Amino acid sequence: MQAQSTQSTYNYNVVRQFAIMTVVWGIVGMLVGLFIAAQLIWPELNLAPWLSYGRLRPLHTNAVVFAFGGSALFATSYYVVQRTCHARLFGDRLAAFTFWGWQAVIVLAAVTLPMGYTSSKEYAELEWPIDILITLVWVAYAVVFFGTIIRRKTPHIYVANWFFGAFILTVAVLHIVNSAAIPVSLTKSYSAYAGVQDAMVQWWYGHNAVGFFLTAGFLGMMYYFIPKQAGRPVYSYRLSVVHFWALIFTYMWAGPHHLHYTALPDWAQSIGMLFSLVLLAPSWGGMINGIMTLSGAWHKLRTDPILKFLVVSLSFYGMSTFEGPMMAIKTVNALSHYTDWTVGHVHSGALGWVGMVSIGSLYYLIPRLYGRSEMHSMKLVTLHFWVATIGIVLYIAAMWIAGVMQGLMWRAVNADGTLTYAFVESVKATYPYYAVRLLGGLLYFSGMLIMAWNVFKTVRGQRAVDMPVVAVAQAA
Amino acid sequence: MDVNLMRSVITAVLFVVFIGIVLWAWGKGRRADFEAAARLPLDDDLAEQPLARERRLQP
Repeated sequence: MQAQSTQSTYNYNVVRQFAIMTVVWGIVGMLVGLFIAAQLIWPELNLAPWLSYGRLRPLHTNAVVFAFGGSALFATSYYVVQRTCHARLFGDRLAAFTFWGWQAVIVLAAVTLPMGYTSSKEYAELEWPIDILITLVWVAYAVVFFGTIIRRKTPHIYVANWFFGAFILTVAVLHIVNSAAIPVSLTKSYSAYAGVQDAMVQWWYGHNAVGFFLTAGFLGMMYYFIPKQAGRPVYSYRLSVVHFWALIFTYMWAGPHHLHYTALPDWAQSIGMLFSLVLLAPSWGGMINGIMTLSGAWHKLRTDPILKFLVVSLSFYGMSTFEGPMMAIKTVNALSHYTDWTVGHVHSGALGWVGMVSIGSLYYLIPRLYGRSEMHSMKLVTLHFWVATIGIVLYIAAMWIAGVMQGLMWRAVNADGTLTYAFVESVKATYPYYAVRLLGGLLYFSGMLIMAWNVFKTVRGQRAVDMPVVAVAQAA
Repeated sequence: MDVNLMRSVITAVLFVVFIGIVLWAWGKGRRADFEAAARLPLDDDLAEQPLARERRLQP
């Protein structure tokens, strides 16, 4: 099967590259996360300016979101679009450019952020020359992805590809609008927007980065890998269509909930809150659709650790998409905003949903890219699952308690109107929870090391296998 | 036309479009098409199965 012409096999090469780098960047990004979590307990660990919390925190977020999550999205979208379109990926060289270009962006981020070069926009800290490279890579990504869709031999565009496509298009628009800036030197630029407009553009970008980068793309994974691993078609295809459009029409409006009680006009804040509440419906529609795909095959959940990863990721998705709308309600936000509750919420989504659905998908994907039917050790996959799950629970429980405590301490006033607690008292009270959070993070990180070992054992000595393209379009 | 009126009109039109999509998705004629589409990820294994069997024979 190895020596076919490039026309008759799938391009697994670029999928393999991104899949392996997902594991590598996951370990790097989570290690930085562990280090900054430790700095919050032991401030002495701020050893040098380039190792200080303020510079490493954006490195952590960029590394886990764009390097780990991004590589997982590239790998799975390239795999899924080929498999469900029965066509080889469009543009081999262009696909290779997206891989090397994306790795260059990550390396540049890892160099410039610790050096202190930042545009100070959250999740968009990279300076303008890197932003231009991101744009080029992203346009190439869109050409490769939609080029493959155009080439398809199947009559339908499978729903997973709709989600991947929406993620690619929307992130292009978000990135270009939010990164608009006036450069003053190679390493410094100023935002094209000012004041509250800048804040609103930033959180229109920021929340849609959550909605499209961290949700739509990973829902694409969910709609392919859960049916695949469960061996059954998705529970309701029409629900998936409505789920898709409801998500698209609603997410764009939710950004203002990041700016409650700020200079943003009140009506804009209220719209942000309202649409965040509406978002509960499509989010749960998608979760139910994914989980119900297992109906009639629940017994598989007992023995199959990959399904455990995928289904538990959906449970965390359901949890954090319930928590998110609640936190967007202004009166709840008055308590939760600026506390560690937000950090807990983000990590229940990031470690629980994004992390676990990616890990589950990779455990399905990696052996198949190397001509094997499963990972070297399924016992280690099960171990990874439990270590990661316990890690997440410790992490988010600690941050919930710490966050609510901080919110209550900050708002407590004495009878004469003075504050009951100084800020530093709330910091002191948070220490034990920071320790539990570090422990949770350490467990999740250990899970990634187990995965790296298992992946190494799976691919070592294996020949890279490119599967032949399915010859005839099934009209079934 | 006033730009704010246009924004309101677009929002209302998009809402109607969404309702239209929901009705379309629940339309009777869609069932067979959707069932075929839902099979797509599963059908792509047909070509892979002989391969998988072959591999299992190897040590």
